[in-house]
Amino acid sequence: MNKSKGWPLWEVFIRSKQGLNHKHVGSLRASDATMAIKNARDVYTRRAEGISIWVVPSNNITASDPNNEDSLFEPSQTKVYRHPTFYDVPDGISHM
Amino acid sequence: MVYLPSNVSKLFSSNQELNIVQFLLFFNRTSIKYICVVKYLKMKDAKNLELEAIFQQKIDDDIKIEPNDWMPDAYRKSLIRQISQHAHSEVVGMLPEGNWITRAPNLRRKAVLLAKVQDEAGHGLYLYSAAETLGADREQTIDDLHSGKAKYSSIFNYPTLTWADMGAIGWLVDGAAIMNQVPLCRCSYGPYARAMIRVCKEESFHQRQGFEVINKLAEGTPEQKEMAQDALNRFWWPALMMFGPSDDDSSHTEQSMRWKIKRNTNDELRQMFVDVTVPQAESIGLTVPDPHIKWNEAKDGYDFGPIDWDEFWQVVGGNGPCNKERVDARRKAKEDGKWVVEAAMAFADKRNAKKTA
Repeated sequence: MNKSKGWPLWEVFIRSKQGLNHKHVGSLRASDATMAIKNARDVYTRRAEGISIWVVPSNNITASDPNNEDSLFEPSQTKVYRHPTFYDVPDGISHM
Repeated sequence: MVYLPSNVSKLFSSNQELNIVQFLLFFNRTSIKYICVVKYLKMKDAKNLELEAIFQQKIDDDIKIEPNDWMPDAYRKSLIRQISQHAHSEVVGMLPEGNWITRAPNLRRKAVLLAKVQDEAGHGLYLYSAAETLGADREQTIDDLHSGKAKYSSIFNYPTLTWADMGAIGWLVDGAAIMNQVPLCRCSYGPYARAMIRVCKEESFHQRQGFEVINKLAEGTPEQKEMAQDALNRFWWPALMMFGPSDDDSSHTEQSMRWKIKRNTNDELRQMFVDVTVPQAESIGLTVPDPHIKWNEAKDGYDFGPIDWDEFWQVVGGNGPCNKERVDARRKAKEDGKWVVEAAMAFADKRNAKKTA
């Protein structure tokens, strides 16, 4: 996907305010990390959307394969006992 | 019997079929090759049909499609065409307004116009990134604009002759763009929908600043009011054409709606735009340049006159007043900026080499 002979592609993550995690907002092209941060500021935070920016070269990201999502996430769907609603709490018991 | 490699024998479902194939192979190698190819293509077709059915089910269930998901080639191609056209429109759209930055009537207007044009650049960048998630090559996409292969919104091929045009563009052109883009926020392709949400948030400032410009002129001296009316006269019809050809002549609409790339037809959106804009013009004492405008109680909307589709196709085809100027300006920008792109890359390479050494 990274065919352009120009600048490499970067993925941009922004923390919108103190106490929240960085969130992926999109991508952009830049020659190096410093320029990627500056461009990210201009492209993704023109209206006070962020207080912190991460940039990561897109080709350094490894993604799970959507074709395997069923088998990959199967363990998380078959274990109902991991949820509190699985358990019966007798009437009259509170704070649980 | 003749030995068949497992990837070939897998193609034949029953033992009986396999026996026939082995029998044929014994006598004639060419015919069996042919059978294998036909069988393989049939299987591939069946697999694609199955994937396509799963894909359409996702669309029907309003589940977004993300970059790595399987999608039909035609869906991918259609999206790349639409998103890159959209990106080009944002970028070329900076030119008519850039024309007035140095001549804005005061510092406030200048700062606002500068911010608006910067937003358009940002919108172009969100959209080029979205097109890249589909495998489109960014430089190739831009070169297609420069060679005339790719289109952009025909509205930007009209000149901006007076300051009032900055008002008309914000009010009408951005107004029409919002009408188009709001439903795109629910587009089935995730990255495009997300880009549209960002764009729409920013676009409403564009429309309001334009309306403020035109409103100020409309309540000014008779000459200023005339200037506002003249801008409305020139931009009204091209703004209506922004919604694209009428539904009967729109080649992409039906399929795009089935794929939920588009949510409304061109004519539906055009009608919505007329219905909200005519009262806005009236309220500031301007007149929409169409003698056929009339409220139609039965359809709960305005009737309006016929659009000059000849003009539309001429401008789309490259014969508008500014087509050549706009593409030349974009081409020159890329050529003149090439050394900067290369120098920045050379600098980054050199520093990376030092780091690893």
